[in-house]
Amino acid sequence: MTMSPTTKPPAESLTLTIDGKDVSCRSGQTILDVARENDIDIPTLCQLDGLTTWGGCRLCLVEIAGSSKLFASCATQCTEGMNITTQSDRLLNYRRMILEMLFSERNHICAVCVSNGHCELQSMAQKLGVTHIHLPYRYPKLTVDSSQDRFRLDHNRCILCSRCVRVCGEIEGAHTKDLKGRGIKTFVINDLDQPWADAKSCTTCGKCVHVCPVGALTERGTAVSEMAKRRAFLPYLTSMREH
Amino acid sequence: MTPEDLHGTVLKQQAKHGNYQHVFNVCMESGCVSCNSAAVVEALEAEVKKRGLQKTVCIKRVGCLCSCAQGPMVALDKGDTLYKAVTAADAPAMLDALDKGGRVEHLDFSSKQPFFSRQLKVVREHAGYFDPEDLDDSIRVGAYEALRKAVTEMTPTEVITEIANSGLRGRGGAGFPTGLKWSTVAKNPSTPKYVVCNGDEGDPGAFMDRSMMEGDPHRLIEGMAIAAYATGANRGFIYVRAEYPLAVKRLTRAINQATRTGLLGSRIFDTKFAFEIELRLGAGAFVCGEETSLLSSIEGQRGLPRPRPPFPANSGLFGKPTLINNVETYANIPTIINKSAAWFSSIGTAKSKGTKIFAISGKVHNTGLIEVPMGIPLRDIIFDIGGGIPGGKKFKAVQTGGPSGGCIPESQLDIPVDYESLMSVGSIMGSGGLIVMDETSNMVDVARFFMEFCMSESCGKCVPCRVGTYHMHEILQRIYDRQGTPQDLALLQELCDMVKNTSLCGLGQTAPNPVLSTLRYFKDEYTNLIHSTPTTEVLP
Ligand SMILES: Cc1cc2nc3c(=O)[nH]c(=O)nc-3n(C[C@H](O)[C@H](O)[C@H](O)COP(=O)(O)O)c2cc1C
Ligand code: SF4
Repeated sequence: MTMSPTTKPPAESLTLTIDGKDVSCRSGQTILDVARENDIDIPTLCQLDGLTTWGGCRLCLVEIAGSSKLFASCATQCTEGMNITTQSDRLLNYRRMILEMLFSERNHICAVCVSNGHCELQSMAQKLGVTHIHLPYRYPKLTVDSSQDRFRLDHNRCILCSRCVRVCGEIEGAHTKDLKGRGIKTFVINDLDQPWADAKSCTTCGKCVHVCPVGALTERGTAVSEMAKRRAFLPYLTSMREH
Repeated sequence: MTPEDLHGTVLKQQAKHGNYQHVFNVCMESGCVSCNSAAVVEALEAEVKKRGLQKTVCIKRVGCLCSCAQGPMVALDKGDTLYKAVTAADAPAMLDALDKGGRVEHLDFSSKQPFFSRQLKVVREHAGYFDPEDLDDSIRVGAYEALRKAVTEMTPTEVITEIANSGLRGRGGAGFPTGLKWSTVAKNPSTPKYVVCNGDEGDPGAFMDRSMMEGDPHRLIEGMAIAAYATGANRGFIYVRAEYPLAVKRLTRAINQATRTGLLGSRIFDTKFAFEIELRLGAGAFVCGEETSLLSSIEGQRGLPRPRPPFPANSGLFGKPTLINNVETYANIPTIINKSAAWFSSIGTAKSKGTKIFAISGKVHNTGLIEVPMGIPLRDIIFDIGGGIPGGKKFKAVQTGGPSGGCIPESQLDIPVDYESLMSVGSIMGSGGLIVMDETSNMVDVARFFMEFCMSESCGKCVPCRVGTYHMHEILQRIYDRQGTPQDLALLQELCDMVKNTSLCGLGQTAPNPVLSTLRYFKDEYTNLIHSTPTTEVLP
C-alpha cells in the first residue's frame, strides 16, 4: 500500500548536537533514535523498538544544555539546535544507582539463573561498571508461576520494565499480561491475577518471554545460562504493520 | 436559558428573600454533617413550623462556614452571629433569641475574631450563605452571570486576555500561569478539545477542593464553561475521588440542574456555544492527581503518568488538546470575569495574585478552612488566624504542600505566602494543606510519615521512585528507631538527590522534599538520634 502524500506533512529536518557531534534528524524523532543512528550508545532497559514508549527505567536520561532537568531520551523529541550530553559523571552515577536499586529490589541470583550470560540487567551492570550494591537488599519472599506447560514467570527476577505487558497487548493483541498493585508492590499478572495456565486469553505465543530482558519470563526446560532470547520477530511484525 | 431568564431568576429570588426577616445558615458540608448538622436543620425547621414563622424565618442548608472543628456551625443572617457546636435541642433557644434580639450565650462564637477578620473571601465570596443544592439560590448570589457576560459580550480571545492579565496561577500546586495554559490550548488547531477539572485532592489533611465542590458546585461548572468557551472545547470532565461522596452527589445534582435549564448543553445563553460536563470518579490514588495519570484514568487505563512533553495542552485526553486545571483555579474564573482582571491583580504580591484557600490543621487553636490574600506572612496565618499554639507549647514548624512540600521553621515565618517565597525556603504552595507542629513533634518522624505516604502511593512505573522511596523510608525508620548510622544519613542524602532528579513524574521528583527541608532546618534532630545509637553493630 502506498501512502498518499497528504496523510503526513513532509517531515522537517533538524540539526542538533549530541556529545559534541553535529547530527541531523527528522522532526518527530526522539533523542534516542537519533543517537543510535549515529552510533552513540545510550543505555536502556524498558525501551524496545516496536513497542510503545514507557519511560520507566530512567537509564536513558540525558542532559540538555539550558535546562537543569534531565530528559528521558526515549520520550523526548529532538528540536532544532538542541545540545545534548549523554555521558557525564552525574549521569553515570544516577545510572549505576538505578541498577543497584533494581538489584536490591528483588532476588537476582545470577549464578543459578537460566538467563545468566543473556541478561540485559547483568550486561548493563557490567557495562556501567557496577561492582557492588551499596543499598541494603530487600530479599522479598516472592513466588514462581510454573503452572504453564511451556513458560515460567519468576517474580524474583522481574524488573517491571513492562515489555511483556506491552508486547502482549500491542503486538499479540491478547492483553493477558498486566500490572497489579502499585509502588514496591507492583507485580506482573496474567488475566485477573490467575495462574498462567488458567489465563484463558493467553495464546502461548511466547512473545512476552522473548522480549523479557531478564530471567523473569523463560521457556521451561532451559538450564542455567541456556535461556537466550529471540527478538527478530518484533521488528518484522511492526514493520509489516506499518506498511 | 437566555440572558433574560437569568436576570429574571435573580430578581425573583431576591424578592423572595426580601420577605425573610431572618435566615439561619446551617452548614451541610462533610465536616458538620459528620457531627449531625442534618438534625439541627430538621429541628430548626420543625420549630419554625411550630411557631408558624415559615414566611419570615428561612432555614438554609449551606456550604462551609470555615470553623470546621467547631461544628455543627450555624450563621445567622449575614454572619454577624455565629453559633458553634449546635445540637438539635438548641433550636428553640436560637429562635427565642431572635425575638429578644440577643444571642444564645453558650453557643456564641465571635465572628469578630482575627480568624474571620483577617480572611479575604474572593473564591468563597458567598460560600456559607446560599444553598449549593439549589440552582435558583446559587443564581441569586450571582452564579452564571460571568458565563453570560463571557459568551454574550466577550470573544474567546478577550476572555483569555482577561485571565492572563489577572495574573492568576494554577492552584493545584505548581503555580503555572493559567492564561498561558488557556492560550496554548486555544491556539492548537486540533479538535475536539477537552476541559478537565482536577478534583482528586490527594494531599493528606487537605480539603479545600472538597469544600469548593460541596459548597459551590455551580461556580466550578461556570468556571469550566468559561474555560471551554475561551479554548474552543465542547466537552468537559470533572475528576473527583470517590471518597468524596457528598461532593459527587452535589456535583451530579448541579450538572443535572445546569443541563436541564440549558446552562450546559447546546445554545448556551442563546449563542452558538455548546458545552457538556461528565463526572469521572477516581479510586483514591494520590498519583491520579498528577495530570497525565489523571488523563489515563479518565481514558479508562491504569492511572500511570506519561512522560511530558508532550504536555496535555497539546496532546492530552485521547491525544487531543486538553486544558487541565485545579478546582480552585476554575473557581477563581467567574470572579475575575465579573470584577475585572485589574481588580483581581490588585490583590496579592507582584507575582502571586489573588487569594489562596488553606486547610489549616494540627497544633493550632483554630483549625478549618481559610481564604487569605497572597502575600500575607505565614506568621499571621498561624498566630492571628490560627490563634497560636494551644497548651502553652512552643511552635516548631509548619508543613505546607503536603507530601511534595516542606517544613518551615520559626526563623522563616515572616516570609510572605506566595509561590516563590515558599519555594525559596524549601517548600511549595501546594494545593493548600497547612499543618502546624509544636515542640512535641519529632521532625524525623514527620519526614518518615510523608515518605511512607509517597512510598505507598508511588505508582511503581519508574525505578527511582518505586525503589528509592522504599529505601528512603527504611533509612528514616532506622534513624527514628535509633538504629541509624552516619552512613545511613549520607545514603539518605544521596537518594534524595537521585530520586528528585531522575523520577518520571512530580510524585517522585518531590517525594524527597520533606526530608530535604527537615535536614535543612532540623539536622540536629537526625544527628541526635544517630549519636544515641550503640556504635558497635550487634549481629544476630
Ligand atoms: C503527585 C501529584 C499529585 C497531584 N495532585 C493534585 C491534586 O490532587 N489536585 C490538583 O489540582 N493538582 C494536583 N497535582 C498537580 C497537577 O498535576 C496539575 O499540575 C494541576 O492539576 C494543574 O492545574 P492548575 O494549573 O490549575 O494548578 C498533582 C501533581 C502531582 C505530581
Ligand atoms: S515518580 Fe513515582 S509516581 Fe511518578 S511515575 Fe515514577 S513511580 Fe510513578
